[in-house]
Amino acid sequence: MTALSIIELYVFVLAAFVGYQVITRVPPLLHTPLMSATNAISGISLVGSLVAAGSDHGQVSTILGFIAVVAATINVVGGFLITDRMLKMFKKRGGGDGGSGVEQKPPELPRKKD
Amino acid sequence: MGDREWSRSHPSYPVRKTSASWNSESVIGLVLPTPHPPLPRMREYFIQAAYLTASVLFILGLKSLTRPEKAQRGMQQAALGMLVAIAGTLVHHDIVRYDWIIGGLILGSLIGYPLGMFVPMTAMPQRIAISHMFGALAATLVGVAEYWQHSHGNGVGSAEGTAAISQGKMAALGFEVLFGALTVTGSFMAFGKLQEILPGRPITYRGQNVINLALFAATLGIFVYLIFNPGNAVLFYTMIALAFVIGILLVIPIGGADMPVVISLLNSYAGLASAATGFAIGNNVLIIAGALDGASGFVLSIIMSKAMNRSFGNILFGAFGSVVTSTARSVTGLTARSISAEDAAMQLGYAQSVIVVPGYGMAVAQAQHQVRELAELIEKKGGEVKYAIHPVAGRMPGHMNVLLAEANVPYDRLYDMDDINPEFERADVALVIGANDVVNPAARMDPGSPIYGMPILNVDSAKNIIVLKRSMNPGFAGIENELFYNAKTSMLFGDAKASLAALVGEVRNL
Repeated sequence: MTALSIIELYVFVLAAFVGYQVITRVPPLLHTPLMSATNAISGISLVGSLVAAGSDHGQVSTILGFIAVVAATINVVGGFLITDRMLKMFKKRGGGDGGSGVEQKPPELPRKKD
Repeated sequence: MGDREWSRSHPSYPVRKTSASWNSESVIGLVLPTPHPPLPRMREYFIQAAYLTASVLFILGLKSLTRPEKAQRGMQQAALGMLVAIAGTLVHHDIVRYDWIIGGLILGSLIGYPLGMFVPMTAMPQRIAISHMFGALAATLVGVAEYWQHSHGNGVGSAEGTAAISQGKMAALGFEVLFGALTVTGSFMAFGKLQEILPGRPITYRGQNVINLALFAATLGIFVYLIFNPGNAVLFYTMIALAFVIGILLVIPIGGADMPVVISLLNSYAGLASAATGFAIGNNVLIIAGALDGASGFVLSIIMSKAMNRSFGNILFGAFGSVVTSTARSVTGLTARSISAEDAAMQLGYAQSVIVVPGYGMAVAQAQHQVRELAELIEKKGGEVKYAIHPVAGRMPGHMNVLLAEANVPYDRLYDMDDINPEFERADVALVIGANDVVNPAARMDPGSPIYGMPILNVDSAKNIIVLKRSMNPGFAGIENELFYNAKTSMLFGDAKASLAALVGEVRNL
């Protein structure tokens, strides 16, 4: 094992640890946005795809790279857009958005007729 | 292999003389390639700065998801990080032509935009599943391209080229294509089931587990062999083919109700494939992003399996609900009490405290807007409405939350299982909409039941229970639900959306 891959292993383990610590704190409320967010972030394989598609190491490599670029871009563009769309929907009661039909203050008189 | 000769004889093919070019050029990672003059070195610094920025923004973005009010801003920053990483990569010295790159970026954006903007929230599970497929596909193809370059590229013949792959690199490549390939087909199968192209019930046959395990062992054997003999291209491609098959076989025996776990697991695999790509091409931002994704999928899978009281192994190999040789207590002789919308509306309209328990049935009927409308009416009449969300309600983690948020239900009324369970006994009415297993008391009381031990919502301790259900058919898992025969329970039969619309009308007229 080279020194380089040892460092890479460090990076991986520490990143996974940070990920674990952060993600265990994400409330179940946001689990679906979390999935789409990590999906969008893992679209970072676009970075590898770009090099494969543009490095001119032969036609096979270019075409595989091209398809990879398409697939990863779908995830990046679609993933971030849909996460944003979802997160926009999560609103608190009376959270400043008018016209949502949600009443702004809790009802005061708890009358019970029966 | 005619194409290899083509590539070598093709006039435009750049013949790289230095054998070191492979190692140094593929390192976009920590160590800067030395043989370059100052300008390329500046470029390298720029790329590394871009990747570091992106990594930090990704972590901050995920951290923002711990606070709903900060989340949107945080994820926008993460998107900016992605942009920075892409911009950094585009100046990479290995990239000599941009035609395919630009074409790919445009085509990907054209497909990605509608997938991001127009897919309805109800289709979110299959949308997430298919995006796992795209992510894994990209990782797999990069891995294959990488291997192919070794065996065909650089003007080096197959044997010498691939023999030059170090064991560490081959291990990384192997992980990359293994996880990648099985996630591609696995996610596609999950997508098919969720989109109902494929039957949602588990598909099982005799000896299924034996076949799966044998295939798995064979693939693993090839992988280990390849680490020591990277030159065997045939075996490399065989391994990928086997991984594709394993992905299919892994998902077909899994039923719809287990989908939350499967989707989380595939999420994790897709992340690991990305991380392995990072190892293979020596790119730290890939390793970091992949590790984050892998950790996220892993955490979610654990949460989901805990919420079902089942182990990974049990879900992957158990084929839940395939054989209904239920030893569970029979409910014959018990009768369920049906209720009219009018009477149900009376109960709801005059209740002080109502807890809504949504399930997959609400998603299928797309009834979330009617639920919100009903809740608003009850509130107008002075009642209080809360929502009880079981972690595995629906088909993916957080499914119910997203649907209700889409219908403008404020998120501070959505309660997790542990928070809401003590409140059921104070609730006047628990309104169960298309949920079944997650409210089945057998999980608490009947050791013979297949779902025994699974944490459930304590709906049965509410003062009154109204269950909206299509018919008395047992749910997906084929398990009878005693809750429906409880003396406090009234059944309102029919399509959830229609029933809710009727309830809204009745409550309004009270």
